[in-house]
Amino acid sequence: MKRHLISAADLTRDDAVLILDTAEEMARVADRPIKKLPTLRGRTVVNLFYEDSTRTRISFEAAAKRLSADVINFSAKGSSVSKGESLKDTALTLEAMGADAVVIRHPDSGAPHRLATSGWIGGSVLNAGDGTHEHPTQALLDAFTMRRRFTGSGGGSGSPGGGTGRDLSGRHITIVGDILHSRVARSNVHLLSTLGAEVTLVAPPTLVPVGVGSWPCEVTYDLDSVLAKSDAVMMLRVQRERMKDAFFPTEREYARRYGLDGERMSRMPAHALVMHPGPMNRGMEITAEVADSPRCTAVEQVTNGVSIRMAALYLLLGGSEPAVSPRPDTPRTEENDR
Amino acid sequence: MSRTLIRGAQILGGAPRDVLIDGETIASVGGSTSTGSRPDDAGAQVIDADGLILLPGLVDLHTHLREPGREDSETVLTGTRAAARGGFTAVHAMANTFPVADTAGVVEQVWRLGRESGYCDVQPVGAVTVGLAGRQLAELGAMHESAAAVRVFSDDGKCVDDAVIMRRALEYVKAFDGVIAQHAQEPRLTEGAQMNEGIVSAELGLGGWPAVAEESVISRDVLLAAHVGSRVHICHLSTAGSVEIVRWAKSKGWRVTAEVTPHHLLLTDELVRTYDPVYKVNPPLRTEADVLALREALADGTIDCVATDHAPHPHEDKDCEWGAAAMGMVGLETALSVVQHTMVDTGLLDWSQVADRMSARPAAIGRLAGHGRPVSAGEPANLTLVDPAYRGEVDPAGFVSRSRNTPYAGRELPGRVTHTFLRGSATVVDGKLT
Amino acid sequence: MDNGDNSDTDRHGDDRDPSGEAAAAGPARPVLEAPDIKRVLTRIAHEIVERAKGADDVVLLGIPTRGVFLARRLAAKLDEITGRTVPVGSLDITMYRDDLRMKPARALARTEIPADGVDGRLVVLVDDVLFSGRTIRAALDALGDIGRPRAVQLAVLVDRGHRELPIRADYVGKNLPTSLRETVKVRLTEEDGRDGVLLGARRTDPSGDR
Repeated sequence: MKRHLISAADLTRDDAVLILDTAEEMARVADRPIKKLPTLRGRTVVNLFYEDSTRTRISFEAAAKRLSADVINFSAKGSSVSKGESLKDTALTLEAMGADAVVIRHPDSGAPHRLATSGWIGGSVLNAGDGTHEHPTQALLDAFTMRRRFTGSGGGSGSPGGGTGRDLSGRHITIVGDILHSRVARSNVHLLSTLGAEVTLVAPPTLVPVGVGSWPCEVTYDLDSVLAKSDAVMMLRVQRERMKDAFFPTEREYARRYGLDGERMSRMPAHALVMHPGPMNRGMEITAEVADSPRCTAVEQVTNGVSIRMAALYLLLGGSEPAVSPRPDTPRTEENDR
Repeated sequence: MSRTLIRGAQILGGAPRDVLIDGETIASVGGSTSTGSRPDDAGAQVIDADGLILLPGLVDLHTHLREPGREDSETVLTGTRAAARGGFTAVHAMANTFPVADTAGVVEQVWRLGRESGYCDVQPVGAVTVGLAGRQLAELGAMHESAAAVRVFSDDGKCVDDAVIMRRALEYVKAFDGVIAQHAQEPRLTEGAQMNEGIVSAELGLGGWPAVAEESVISRDVLLAAHVGSRVHICHLSTAGSVEIVRWAKSKGWRVTAEVTPHHLLLTDELVRTYDPVYKVNPPLRTEADVLALREALADGTIDCVATDHAPHPHEDKDCEWGAAAMGMVGLETALSVVQHTMVDTGLLDWSQVADRMSARPAAIGRLAGHGRPVSAGEPANLTLVDPAYRGEVDPAGFVSRSRNTPYAGRELPGRVTHTFLRGSATVVDGKLT
Repeated sequence: MDNGDNSDTDRHGDDRDPSGEAAAAGPARPVLEAPDIKRVLTRIAHEIVERAKGADDVVLLGIPTRGVFLARRLAAKLDEITGRTVPVGSLDITMYRDDLRMKPARALARTEIPADGVDGRLVVLVDDVLFSGRTIRAALDALGDIGRPRAVQLAVLVDRGHRELPIRADYVGKNLPTSLRETVKVRLTEEDGRDGVLLGARRTDPSGDR
């Protein structure tokens, strides 16, 4: 990661911990009477969304606004983009408007990478989800949620910032569902393993990508075999349309083999979390009983998303150059050594 | 009649010889090089070919000239100029134009445009099915009987996936010794495909184009060809598994031929990590293991020939995100250099074998008269001179093709075509078009 | 760097010297030794009690990093003197700096406001070195977003002069007239393994630009 946040795979352990630590400080701003910082005053952040994703868009928007940045929302729907304007021309327009950062959500894998490397724009690019590639801020907020819960610093009180500086070493994280089409899974596999966690993917074989063998994780087709050792079980949204492409026979069979219900949850360790990036398909990958249980962090993940995105925006835009991964020829400062 | 003396050229990489071109034919191939001129050389233009390799003019079985319909990316004229500069004297123009070359009228138009260009012979390929739609056979006989005398038929860009249509096409063209050139791609297995399916696609989250989608179609087609006793040609073979199938089919004595593109001999799917659409091509770039298998197969003759799959696209179709980009690469102007780099400089082929794989075999598969002939007296003077010692970076700005979508920009490649002769007249002199 | 050197020295780019080691560019001369620091903190604690009439509503907020350690030491003294527990916390000013764009994005330090907050209290900001005053300006802005104290005062270990803003300290450990070519390094046991204040010469390139 240099000027951009494109892929969780680009983050070193120190980068990732720095983002989590920064988010920890950002989270405290939410508890104050004035939930705003002057830090990015005069900077312009464009939310360029080629897919409908109100949740992610408003999370980035709230993050940018809390840092006092000017926010421009550019939705591909109903704009010149839907009339065939190319990504390049849109990018040149944003550049002409003086965008300091572009937060991009795009249905094509690699579009943010292309935007960042094509020379079309000079600002930072933040990937808010590209095709079936990556969604790095989602993985960061997932890791942040886990670290807070595991170190007892979440939930408002507790030992404040107990997780600062820590990673997820020794934790067992299980990710269940449509791995093949999931950018959340890809980002999480990279990030969680970078942070020292052991990741296990669970899915029907049809929803595991060919080539998964090179990923830093285990793969199993049997959910029940890994529940007892999981510190967190992350359930991915499974789109019902996948059924038509014969990825699985019926919703009922999917839920039976790969859904998380109360009985399965009871076999997880007492401290173990249930996570979901949302939106949930209740009755499909998760039952209402599990979704509404105190172990389920889905709502907390949304809250933490704002803190993580504030941290990412601050670290990319809050200085003359990003704080993450300085060039090798730049002397390390205490900022990075902390 | 113009006369040209090529002095001291290494014919197919052999000892230096003098070759005299008289009119459209090779008049004589002299013993040894000498500075003194022989009486019959009088008045001939002399080319000092010291250190140069003389090959028969190259023949491409697989070129997209884009005309009619997409003249913004290439025309018959610009495409044949690019071909001449790459050392080609004949190209087969693929049928996926607008309108599709599925009637005698369209193939005759393309053929005529080629004749008018004067840079390179253009042999149109006819579509197998109407509109490349895969449902109804095009008028294969009419295209064969037209002035274009089509002998190679292909729905390239699309696979003839219906087994019955494929069988009928294979059988039907037997009547005039035609060949079906199959773009082997099982369509259902490649829905949404963006790149080779494997380790890299899993990481990049790009839709996978599995090797089996190619191999399953090739398997079916070699069996069909064997069953009906027809000729089948496999376009742009790209996987190690496909090599095995073709090798097995040939061992049975079945009439199967295959081509490989220069880019599949050199590039791998690792390049897709850049998300630069210049590497987006169909079939996709495969793995290192596939590249090595393809080189070996071209060396041992399992793969018969190199074909460029020259696929020009306008800048805007590549200057975009990967998913929106067109598939394809230009290749005419770099083909020989890539083959020298991957096959000759590695010791896998000598120059006489290069002549075989890039001239004689493709001409034979296309039943193309007057091309791919030996360099000897009395033969048509379709010739290419190559400087194998040349080293230089590929500069797309110097291309004569209308399009620049080359994956080799900035890459150093060996070899340079210095002269091309089409029936005795020079189309390229000192690397420049005449 | 950490904000320990948000002591106003660091507005001068590389003048800041996070590790303390590079201060060796010129021979650094101790101006306060460990016993001196202990003594001036005791004095400042007494002054706070004096001026705040018993320090009933005092909240100490240290500016990271070294200001936090000083604030904690002061709080301990105040506890001793008053027999009560004086609330102490930290106030990170990074995101309020006016020079953010002049340097790479910095890691944030902890802001820790005592449970009862700052509203209606007497907040004493604590820092190690007072220089241009810009850090304190940022601290006042940060404080304003957290609550509305009854009054805000400033305690510093060293005031080296060269103010660029109309800011003064209420409690000063030592006034240290310096030239701009000199550096002031504060070392504290908690961070640096030993106590001391060093006066040194800055390196030859005063621009410090990266």
